[in-house]
Amino acid sequence: MATAVASHAHPPTSTGLDHRKIAIWAFIGSECMLFASLISTYLIYKGRSVVGPFPHEACNPPVCATHLNPILNIPVTSFSTFVLLMSSLAMVLALAAVENKGKPGYSGILGSSKFWLFATIVMGATFLGCQAYEFTSFVHEGLTIRTNLFGSSFFTLTGFHGAHVTAGVLWLCTLLAIDFKRGLGPKDTLIVDICALYWHFVDVVWIAIFTLVYLIK
Amino acid sequence: MADQEFHHTNADVDVHAMGEMHEHPTWKQYKWVALILTLITALEVFIYYTSFKDSPLFAPVLLVMSAVKFAIVVMFYMHLKYDHKLFRALFTGPLIIAMSTLAALLFVFGKFSGR
Repeated sequence: MATAVASHAHPPTSTGLDHRKIAIWAFIGSECMLFASLISTYLIYKGRSVVGPFPHEACNPPVCATHLNPILNIPVTSFSTFVLLMSSLAMVLALAAVENKGKPGYSGILGSSKFWLFATIVMGATFLGCQAYEFTSFVHEGLTIRTNLFGSSFFTLTGFHGAHVTAGVLWLCTLLAIDFKRGLGPKDTLIVDICALYWHFVDVVWIAIFTLVYLIK
Repeated sequence: MADQEFHHTNADVDVHAMGEMHEHPTWKQYKWVALILTLITALEVFIYYTSFKDSPLFAPVLLVMSAVKFAIVVMFYMHLKYDHKLFRALFTGPLIIAMSTLAALLFVFGKFSGR
């Protein structure tokens, strides 16, 4: 009887490495170039806006109709940066919980992949909430994607990053759903690892954006 | 026979090379990494609110701190320090191209000449 038996181990490949893991690293490599192009566009246009609001400087008449304060909100963004960094910690702990499920030392919260995945989702959603608040307040202060070069490049860069975070949160939700349905265990390490790599990449991109866009004048 | 053709057990596969069972940092290391990342971020924000912001060293110092945070996350959280060298090449290769392109574009558009 010719029945193919499903196994959790993968067929040997020409490289000896799992194709899915090679694919996610190649994808992350390509994403590096995407974000580098968006960051370079932002940096090239920085300081070349003719009308305000501006990121770090106030805008006064006659350049602006009324006085406008610097628009970037550093305290809120610092908080969201901290939240995203902590979400990476929760993600590695989720991966460790899945990989070591049932092993000694991984009982209670430390061994609960559901808890850490949920914590990562909550922190990712919090980051997105901060970004939504920031975007809304910018629009209320008169900065849209069409206002000036800063607005165009800023919303494109941070919007692309926010879209990546959203995709990551949805991906994490599917993993949590799988965990509730059948439980994630050591055999699922690779699928969680791939999601974790994506999530950490989103984090490192924000590390660069936070410094280059928000802190450096 | 067909069963055997399609069935692969762990014994058939080098799971270490597959990247599934590579060595990972411990909980303690993860905790220290998180602490270091938090401290660097706090320091970045702190110096933003000091007079050091007007120093010519402000941007280079922030860039170095950002690069350290980037490297820590990639090495420890993404496990690149412990993973197969092909993964390292797949990440660092495009990253070098991306950084070089970014630097070249900034030169072309006069961002380093103060224009």
